[in-house]
Amino acid sequence: MKTIAEINEKIKSGKAVVVTAEEIIGIVEEKGVKKAFQEVDVVTTGTFGPMCSSGMFINFGHSTPGIRMSKVWLNDVPAFAGIAAVDAYVGVTELSEKQGMQYGGAHVIQDFIDGKDITLFAESYGTDCYPRREIKTTINKSNVNQAFLFNPRNCYQNYPAATNSSDRIMYTYMGTLLPSFGNVTYSTSGELSPLLNDPEYRTIGIGTRIFLGGTQGYVAWEGTQHDPGQERLENGVPVSSSGTLALIGDAKKMSSKYIRAAVYEKYGVSLFVGIGIPIPILDEDILMKTAVRNRDIYTTLVDKSGNENLNIRVSYEQLRSGFMEIRGKRVATAPLSSLKAAREIAAELKKQVSTGEFLLTEFVERLPMRKERLNRLEVRGE
Amino acid sequence: MKTIKISLYYPLTAITIPLVTTLIKKFNLEVNILHANISLNKTGTLIADISGEESDIDAALSYIDDQGIQYKLFNRKLIWQEEDCVHCGACTAVCPSDALTMSKETWCLQFDKEKCLVCGLCIKACPLNVMSLQA
Repeated sequence: MKTIAEINEKIKSGKAVVVTAEEIIGIVEEKGVKKAFQEVDVVTTGTFGPMCSSGMFINFGHSTPGIRMSKVWLNDVPAFAGIAAVDAYVGVTELSEKQGMQYGGAHVIQDFIDGKDITLFAESYGTDCYPRREIKTTINKSNVNQAFLFNPRNCYQNYPAATNSSDRIMYTYMGTLLPSFGNVTYSTSGELSPLLNDPEYRTIGIGTRIFLGGTQGYVAWEGTQHDPGQERLENGVPVSSSGTLALIGDAKKMSSKYIRAAVYEKYGVSLFVGIGIPIPILDEDILMKTAVRNRDIYTTLVDKSGNENLNIRVSYEQLRSGFMEIRGKRVATAPLSSLKAAREIAAELKKQVSTGEFLLTEFVERLPMRKERLNRLEVRGE
Repeated sequence: MKTIKISLYYPLTAITIPLVTTLIKKFNLEVNILHANISLNKTGTLIADISGEESDIDAALSYIDDQGIQYKLFNRKLIWQEEDCVHCGACTAVCPSDALTMSKETWCLQFDKEKCLVCGLCIKACPLNVMSLQA
C-alpha cells in the first residue's frame, strides 16, 4: 500500500516512477504485478475526443454606465445570459445566427483561447441600477475577468460503436455512417482512456486535479448521464456508456492544441477536448486495472438508424484492427477520437508529474457507484 | 507520357464491351482500376488511372464516347492541410479506396494520393475542415 502523500513526496524529490497507461501493460507483463507495484508510482491516461457537453463561463466586467445583459451574442453566437449582470455561458453546440453550422460556440471558445478578439453584443431591458440597454464591443482573454471551461459531461467511460443498417447515408455525431452496414465508427482512447483505467473510480473523484486543455483543471462533479450501473465485465470495465465527469478549468491558460472546434456534417458543432488524468498506484488492484488492454475492453454496436437491435459486442482490439464482422459481412471500422493526441497528452502529463510540475490530489468525494440506471424522458400529458 | 483519372458510367447495354482490354491492346494504354462496380443487367461505374501517349489517350476517349459510355475526368485533386489535422480518423470512415488510412503504429492519418478517387466524401466527413478540392 502507498498513499498519495507518499507518492507526492517522491514526485517532489524527483524519484517518482511515472509511466503511461500503454507502457504499464508491458511492464506488468514483464515484471508481474508485485514487482511492478513496487516500482511504479503513477500511471497517466489521456483522451482527445469530441464532446458536445462542453462550454465556457465568462465574466465580461462592468461598463459605464452598467448593463444587466439579458441577451448576449459572441461573434453572432448566442450565449446564455440568464445569470448575473455581466456573466454568460457559451455552449459549444450553439450555432452562429449568421454562419449557421459553419461556426458555433466551440469556435468562439477556440478563438478566445487563441487570444483573438471576439465581438460581444448584448441587449438589456434596462434597470435603475443598470440603465444601459445595448452594448457592442470586443473582448479577448486579456480584458475579461474570469473565463473557465465548464463541461457538464466529458471523459465518457466507454461509448457504443455506431453503424447504419438503413439504405441511406446518415450524418450523425458519430460521423458519416454509410448505408447497409457500410462502416462502423467508434470513439475512445481505449486502454489509454482515464475511466477505463480506473473503472470503479477508486482514485478519480470529485476534486481530482487533471490535465484539461493544456492546463491544470479539476473534476467538479459526476458528469451528466453518469451511469455507473451499466453492465460490467469481470475486470470491472462497463460494456457500454457508463461513468462521466464534469470538468472545470481556466480557459485563459488553455491551448488550442488541446481544445479544437469541430463540425459534424448535417449534425452540428462540437469540441475536441484534451484530458489527461494521473492514477496514483496505491495498491495492486489499482495497478492491475491500469494494465487493461484493448482486447479486454468491449463495447456495444448500435444501429443509428434505429431499425435493428444488433446485440453485438466488440472489443477495441477488433475495432482498432480496421474491420469487424456484422452478420458475416466484413465492415470497415474507423475511429473518431484521436489516439495520436491522446498519447501526446498522456506523455505530456507523464513529463509534468515526473518533473514535479503536477502533483496528485486525493479526491474530496468518491464518484457514485449506484446501481439505478438513467431515467428516460417520458412525454406526459399527450 | 500522360496520366488521367477517369470515372466511367456504363449504361445497361455497354456492360458486355471488353473496354479495359481494348484500351490496353488497341490504344497501348496502361489501366489501373481503382474502383469498379459492374454486374450484368445493371448500370455500372469504373474509376481508373489511365496512362499513355497523349494522342493514344485522346483516341481512346473518342472510342469510349462512341461506345455510348459516359465519362468524367477528375481534373481536381484533394488537398489535406496536414498541419491542422488532429488525426481523429473520421475521414477514413468514408474513404472508398483506402487512400485515407490510419497508421496502426502511430495512429497518424496517411494519405495516398495515387489511390484517391477525388470523390469528396472525406471533405464533408472531416470535422476540422482540413480537406478541400483544388482545381
